[in-house]
Amino acid sequence: MSATETSEPVALPVEPERKPFNWLPLMPWIYTVALFVLWELGVRLSGLPHTILPAPTRIFEAIVQYWGAIQRHSLQTLYTTTVGFLLAVVAGMALGLLVGWSRMIYAGLYPIMVGFNAIPKVAVVPILVIWFGIGTIPAILTAFLIAFFPIVVNVATGLATIEPETEDVLRALGAKKMDIMLKVGIPRSMPYFFGSLKIAITLAFVGSVISETIAANSGLGFMMASAQSQFNVPLVFAGLVMLAIEGIAMYALMAWIEKRTTGWAHRSQTMAG
Amino acid sequence: MRYGGADGTLAVSGLEMAVKRGEFAAVVGPSGCGKSTLMKLVTGLHIPQRGVVTVAGTHVTKPVSIVGMAFQNPTMLPWRTTLDNVLLPLEIVEKHKKRLRRHKKEYVEQAEHLLETVGLKGFGSKYPWQLSGGMQQRANLCRALIHEPDLLMLDEPFGALDAFTREELWQVIRDLHASQDVTIVLVTHDLREAVFLADTVHVMSARPGRILKVHDITFERPRDISLMYESRFNDVVQALRGEIADARVAA
Repeated sequence: MSATETSEPVALPVEPERKPFNWLPLMPWIYTVALFVLWELGVRLSGLPHTILPAPTRIFEAIVQYWGAIQRHSLQTLYTTTVGFLLAVVAGMALGLLVGWSRMIYAGLYPIMVGFNAIPKVAVVPILVIWFGIGTIPAILTAFLIAFFPIVVNVATGLATIEPETEDVLRALGAKKMDIMLKVGIPRSMPYFFGSLKIAITLAFVGSVISETIAANSGLGFMMASAQSQFNVPLVFAGLVMLAIEGIAMYALMAWIEKRTTGWAHRSQTMAG
Repeated sequence: MRYGGADGTLAVSGLEMAVKRGEFAAVVGPSGCGKSTLMKLVTGLHIPQRGVVTVAGTHVTKPVSIVGMAFQNPTMLPWRTTLDNVLLPLEIVEKHKKRLRRHKKEYVEQAEHLLETVGLKGFGSKYPWQLSGGMQQRANLCRALIHEPDLLMLDEPFGALDAFTREELWQVIRDLHASQDVTIVLVTHDLREAVFLADTVHVMSARPGRILKVHDITFERPRDISLMYESRFNDVVQALRGEIADARVAA
């Protein structure tokens, strides 16, 4: 109980209400800075050469030094990843709805999709190169292939878990399969869908960088591969840092979209009564 | 009606039951006697392998759209407000679907009126998860009634509620039945609920279910909740209880 609510006429000195400082939003920054400080100290104290593990300051120098190239390659990777991801969203959504629509299609396609997902995408890149040549298209397609599966599975799960009672209520009213899909199935699968976007976008980065590393002449994957061949380890790490930044930014964007569109599914956190 | 092919569970067999228009019928029986199957047969969600179901003079071969349903689980859609949940059947039933957009206001008024009847005035804009279990069940009843069904099928709708809320909702249902021309079939395991609400109580046997006996409940309407504490009420409940106990032993 706060001091202002007490009605007893006791002459207590009224303490100014001190709001405790909210550290929570700062925690990610504190932990990140701590990680880099530890890293820096570790490298300096152990005397590791920067060709093995460069200190953060050395990586930062590399970022500044090669900024022009890094910027160009980062944008290229961001481009291939985003395009591949968007393709995966469209195709994953469509296939997820199809698979969730009918148990027949589900039974037929599921093993194929699992098998397909089990194939290491690095093994697919050479085939894509044969078909499309090196460069942007294999990177986009690899990102697409790797990001596609979690979206399909999640959308299909959302559809498959409609409560039977809801379906009965609607079917008893004469609802067609299409009605149930539109009124219940699709809205219901949206939290699953947006949840899967967070997984899919990070996987899409993995896909595009794999492809760029093997067969491209631009993009962060290509940049890191060529820096490595010249023993420019700080530049390799600079590439990794840029990837991490892009990954975090896109993930945050997806998380924001998820929260905006399907707030009702996260009621326990956002609504307290 | 048999589930899952020739070796499947025979849920109901030789079940014969008639409910008059405007009647309030309750179905009671031991657990697993096929009460829910009965619901699905009447609404046309299942078609019997043998025998016929006739609703409003027509032989049921596909889901009948003149029926409202409510289950124990309120199954409100969490992304819709309570009002939109109540309006949902109108977006499905052919007759209303076409009129809905142009006459939206009229329907919304109707929904709000229904919500008021069950004591949910002003809660239309709330989301279902902002309501208590009892309030959700009230809204569920509204949803079952919004398209003015001729037949209301209730499958243990009060099963998961506390005793006080249940009593309140009994009165809500009683008043709805009194004020609207609607036939109600209530599946329940609560004998007092059945006797308090219904005109006829149908006792089902253990699986495969059929109707063992039909009781006419002759207490005058409107019935007050205090009726439940009178001895003549308890006599009827007692008799029913005995029959169900017998049905269980016979199983």
